[in-house]
Amino acid sequence: MTVIALPVSSLAHRARPTEEPVWVRWTLIGLALAFLTLFLFVPLISVFYEALKKGWAVYIAAITEPDAVSAIQLTLTAAAIAVPLNLIFGIAAAWAIAKFEFLGKNLLTTFIDLPFSVSPVVSGLIYVLVFGLQGWLGPWLAEHDIKVIFAVPGIVLATIFVTVPFIARELIPLMQSQGTEEEEAAVVLGARGWQILFRVTLPNVKWGLLYGTILCNARAMGEFGAVSVVSGHIRGSTNTLPLHVEILYNEYNFAAAFAVASLLAMLALVTLALKTLIESKNMQNDKGKNR
Amino acid sequence: MSIEVRNLSKQFGDFAALRDITLEVKSGELLALLGPSGSGKTTLLRVIAGLEAADAGQVLFQGEDATGQHVRDRHVGFVFQHYALFRNMTIFENVAFGLRVRPRNFRPAGAEISRRVNELLKLVQLDWLADRYPHQLSGGQRQRIALARALAVEPQVLLLDEPFGALDARVRKELRSWLRRLHDDMHITSVFVTHDQEEALEVADRIVVMNEGRIEQIGTPDEVYERPASPFVYEFLGKVNLFHGRLHRGRAWIGGIEVDAPEHTEAEELAAVAYVRPHDIHVDKVANALNGKGAIAAHVSHILSVGPVVRLGLTRDDGEDKELIEVEISKERFRELQLTRGNQVFIKPSRLDLFPAQIH
Amino acid sequence: MYTFKQHSVLPGFNLALGFTLLYLSLIVLIPLSAAFVRTTALTWPEFWNAVTTPRVVASYRLTFGASFAAALVNAVFGLLVAWVLVRYRFPGKKMVDALVDLPFALPTAVAGIALTALYAGNGWIGQYFEPLGIKIAFTPIGVFVALTFIGLPFVVRTVQPVLEDIESELEEAAATLGANRLQTFLRVIFPTLLPALMTGFALAFARAIGEYGSVIFIAGNMPMVSEITPLLIITKLEQYDYAGATALAVVMLVISFVMLLIINLLQWWSRRRSVLA
Repeated sequence: MTVIALPVSSLAHRARPTEEPVWVRWTLIGLALAFLTLFLFVPLISVFYEALKKGWAVYIAAITEPDAVSAIQLTLTAAAIAVPLNLIFGIAAAWAIAKFEFLGKNLLTTFIDLPFSVSPVVSGLIYVLVFGLQGWLGPWLAEHDIKVIFAVPGIVLATIFVTVPFIARELIPLMQSQGTEEEEAAVVLGARGWQILFRVTLPNVKWGLLYGTILCNARAMGEFGAVSVVSGHIRGSTNTLPLHVEILYNEYNFAAAFAVASLLAMLALVTLALKTLIESKNMQNDKGKNR
Repeated sequence: MSIEVRNLSKQFGDFAALRDITLEVKSGELLALLGPSGSGKTTLLRVIAGLEAADAGQVLFQGEDATGQHVRDRHVGFVFQHYALFRNMTIFENVAFGLRVRPRNFRPAGAEISRRVNELLKLVQLDWLADRYPHQLSGGQRQRIALARALAVEPQVLLLDEPFGALDARVRKELRSWLRRLHDDMHITSVFVTHDQEEALEVADRIVVMNEGRIEQIGTPDEVYERPASPFVYEFLGKVNLFHGRLHRGRAWIGGIEVDAPEHTEAEELAAVAYVRPHDIHVDKVANALNGKGAIAAHVSHILSVGPVVRLGLTRDDGEDKELIEVEISKERFRELQLTRGNQVFIKPSRLDLFPAQIH
Repeated sequence: MYTFKQHSVLPGFNLALGFTLLYLSLIVLIPLSAAFVRTTALTWPEFWNAVTTPRVVASYRLTFGASFAAALVNAVFGLLVAWVLVRYRFPGKKMVDALVDLPFALPTAVAGIALTALYAGNGWIGQYFEPLGIKIAFTPIGVFVALTFIGLPFVVRTVQPVLEDIESELEEAAATLGANRLQTFLRVIFPTLLPALMTGFALAFARAIGEYGSVIFIAGNMPMVSEITPLLIITKLEQYDYAGATALAVVMLVISFVMLLIINLLQWWSRRRSVLA
C-alpha cells in the first residue's frame, strides 16, 4: 500500500485559534470511542450474539416457552398499570407545581424525586415492611386472604414506586418555562378547567409528555431490584422478564437467558430511537419558535 | 359599558402595587394607563379583568358590582403583553377558541364560527394567515391576531396590556393609528397600559398617569401635557427644565425673575421649583428685549438642529443649577438670533408651573 | 400578608395538589417512613451492632470504594465523551450520542449478564486479561466495571448542555489575549464546566451506591470480598432477619438523602453559575 501525501499547504492545515490541531482531535475522538466501545457497544452486541449463538430454533423456543410468555404478560401488565397511574400523577403534580405559587413547593418537588435516589432493593424492602407478613398491614391482609408480597400486586406497587418521578420531572420544568399566560388567555376567553388542560396545556407539552411516558415505560418493564425483593420468584406466576432472565442465567441456561434479555435490549433500543426522534422533533419546534 | 373602580388596594408581599385607586372609564372611551414600570398600571388592568384579586375596593361594570365575579363571567377582551397566542393552534383556531369553549347551548354552529372568525381576520387584515401557526407570524401580525381573538367573544370591554411594547418602532407607530381607527369604528370601551408617553398622548381619549400605585393625574392628552398636576407628571411627560427659587405670599422668585403665583398665596418663605417646557422659554441676545422683570443670563453650550426645531443647551451664568437648560426655538428664530456656541443669551420662561420643593 | 397560595384565576389547584399529595403519600412517603419506624424496634446499641458487623463494613467498603472509582472514571471519560460529541464531527456521531443513554434504558439485569459474559475469563474481553493474571468478573473489579456502565450517562448528560452553551466568543477572547488551547481549556472552559461535572459525578456516585441488578451477576458475591450492601439486605431478608435488613436499609436511605441534598446544592450552584455567566 502506498501512502500519498496530499499537497496541502501548511497554512490550510493550521487549526483555527479556537480549535485543536487535527491529531489532538482524532486522538480525543479515538479515546472516547474506545471507552464507549468497551463499556457500551460491546456489551450491547454481546447480548444479541449470545442469544443467537445456538441458532434461531433455540432462540424462538426460549422466548415462546410458557414461563417466558407468562413473564412477558406480567411485565406488560405491571407497566400497563404503573405507566397510566404515573401519567395522571405527573400531570396533576406538574399542574400544581408549574402553574401555581404556594408554600413548600420546592420540598414537594424534592419528594417527587425521592424514588430516584433510593436503592431499588430498599424500594422493594419498604413494601415488604408495609404489606409483608411481618409488616404493618400483614396480619390484616392475611386475615382477609389478600396476598400482596410475593404476588402480582406487590410487583405492580414496586414498579409504580420506582417510576413515580419520570413523567412529573419531565413535565414540571417544561410547563414552568411556558408560563401561565396562555392558560390565563383561555380563562378570559371563557374556557373551563378541563378545556384549558386538554386544549391548551397538554398540547403544548405533548412531546415532553410522550418522552416521559416512554422512559417511564422502559423503566417499568426493566426494573429488577425492587421487583426481585417483592416477587418471590415463582416461575410462571410472579416472574417478570428481568427476573426470568436471572432464573435462566442462574440455571446456566445461558442461551435462553440471553434470548429473553435480547427482548429487553430491543425494548431499550426502541426507547432510545423514540427518544432521539422526539428530541429532534422538539429541536425543530424550538427553532421555529425562537425566530 | 362603563367601568368604575373604587378605592382599590393591592399588596404583593411588602410591595404596595395599588393604593386606594378610584377611577371611572366612560362608555366607549379609549383610556390609557400611563406610568413607569412598577407604578401599578398592569396590576390595575389585571384587577379590572379579574385576573388578579384586589385586597380592598370594588370594580363595577355599568354600575354593577363585579368585584367577586370570575374573569370568565366578566366578558372582557384581554390582549396580553406577549400576546399569549396558543402555540399549538392555527391562527384560525386561536380566534375561534373563545367560541368553541362555550357551553353547548351557547356555542354557535361550526359554519357560524367560521363566518365570525373570517370576518374578524378580515377586520385585522390577516385573513390570508388563517392556516399558519403563531410562530410563523411577525410581532405586529401576532398583535393583531391577539386583538381579533379578544374581539371574537364580543366583549363589552377591551383591555390591552402594553399592546405595542414588544414591537419595533416603525410597526408600533403603524399599529397605534390602526388601533385608534379601529376603536373609532367599534366604540368599545377600552383601557390600555403603556409606559410610552407618546403612545398615550397620540392614541388615548384620556390618560391616567400612575406612579407608585397612585393616580397622579387624570385628563385628556392636552390637559396632562399642558397642565401637569404634579412634578412627577411634568417629568414623566415630555422634556422639562427645573428652576429652583422661593415662594412667598403669592409671589415667586426664580433666578432673577419675579412672577405671580396666585395659587400659593398662603405660602410663607417656601423653597420652590418651577417647571418649564423647553418650548416655553424666550431667548434673546439682549436682556431688556424681554419684557417683564429680569432675565436669566446663560451661555450656549451646544446646538442641535432637528427638522424645523433647534434645540439649545444652555449653561446658567450665575452657576445656580448645574444642569443644562434645554430650550427649543424655531429655525426661523434661530436664524434671526444668529446664535453660535459660546454666545451669551438671556432667557425668560413664558410659562411656568410652580410647586413647593419636595423634601427628600 | 403571606398566604399559603398566591391568587390565581387558573382552576384545579386543590384537586391537583390534593391528588399529588395523596398519591405521593401512599406510594412513596408512608412506605419510606415504614423503614424508619421499623428500626425503632431496635435499641441504639442493637442498631449499631447490626450495621457495623465486619461483613457489613466490608460491604460498605466495596460499595463506596467501587462506586467512587466508577464515578471518577466516568467523570474523566464522561467529560471526554461530552467534549467529543459537542465539539467534533465524526461518522456515526448521532448514533453514538443516542446510545450514550443505553444504560438508562437497558434493564440492569441484561447489563449484568452481558458484562459478566464479556469480562469472565473466557469472555470476549476477559480472555485478554486472564493471561496477565487479572480476573475481572467475580471480583471487586467486576463490581467496578458494572458500576461504570450504569453511571456512564450521568456525567455526559450534565456536562453536554453546559458545554453547548459556552459562547465561542469566550474562547476567542482568551485566544486574542494570548492563551493557547490548553490554557484556554484549563482556565476558561474547565471552571465553567466544573459545577456540572461535579453534579454528574455525584449523580453517578449516588446511583452506583444503590445499584443491584447489574452488579450481582458479575460480583461473585463472596462475603467480605465482593458482596455489596444492597445484596446483603436481600440476604438478610431471605434469612427472615427483618430487623437487620431494615437497619441496613435505613443506613442506605440516610446516605441517599445526604446525596440528594448534595446534588441539589450542586445543581443550585450550577444554575447560579450559568445565570451569572
